[in-house]
Amino acid sequence: MDAFAPLATFALYGLMLGILATAVVTVTVRNLFHAAIFLAFTLLGVAILYFFLHADFIAAIQILLYVGAIMTLVIFAIMLTSRMSDPSVPQSNRQRIPALVVTGIVGVFLILAILKTPWIVSGTLQTTNAVALGKALMGQFVLPFEVISLVLLVALIGAIVTARSDQ
Amino acid sequence: MIPIQHLLIFTSLLFLTGLYGAVTRRNMVGILISIEIMLNAVNINFIGFSRISDVSAEVAQVFVIFVIVLAAATAAVGLAIVLAIYRNQKTVYTDEVDLLKW
Repeated sequence: MDAFAPLATFALYGLMLGILATAVVTVTVRNLFHAAIFLAFTLLGVAILYFFLHADFIAAIQILLYVGAIMTLVIFAIMLTSRMSDPSVPQSNRQRIPALVVTGIVGVFLILAILKTPWIVSGTLQTTNAVALGKALMGQFVLPFEVISLVLLVALIGAIVTARSDQ
Repeated sequence: MIPIQHLLIFTSLLFLTGLYGAVTRRNMVGILISIEIMLNAVNINFIGFSRISDVSAEVAQVFVIFVIVLAAATAAVGLAIVLAIYRNQKTVYTDEVDLLKW
């Protein structure tokens, strides 16, 4: 569309590579606290990817909810459950090789299926804004919106009751 | 916009990375972290398809909002269960929590 388009494409591929690299570090690193920090970088990368895909509101929600709220919860849980950074305790079970084989096979089949499928791409790229999103949430999707609010409320009350100490 | 195939291959690899972590981690918090990665891969797929399809983009974005809310609920309940198990069993490793196994 303009002179910066090749540069933006290059940055997008670099961003995708970076997200994959931080995700791999997240699932393989020994120290769980480091895994949580790398998860924050992965989630931030996904938020930037949403900006590239013209989903600004979703990117804001991603930063607010994932990087803000869920990361805080995870780091709290890691700090409250000690014995996590003890280097003598193995952090992964004995299924590492079978898991690698199975995920590799599934990945090969998925990529083959993706490359073989003729994807129908509409001529104009769809885009939206926060106003239309709010109207859809309060109009067409108002019942799922209310149900999901109730689910969240019940889940949070359940989490408080479960984590509360009994004395 | 890059070809949709490249985005789908990227999200497949991200999902499989999360799956590998969820299968191999011993720590319950580590498993929850891996599940968050898998949910993020699915969300990127939703947004990518919303860009190229004829359906209006709000539908996919509303779905992504629902998935994010459910992920928040999952994290809250899951970490509460981890804390409760840690208080009662003094462990956070999945292979040591075998009270229901004989």
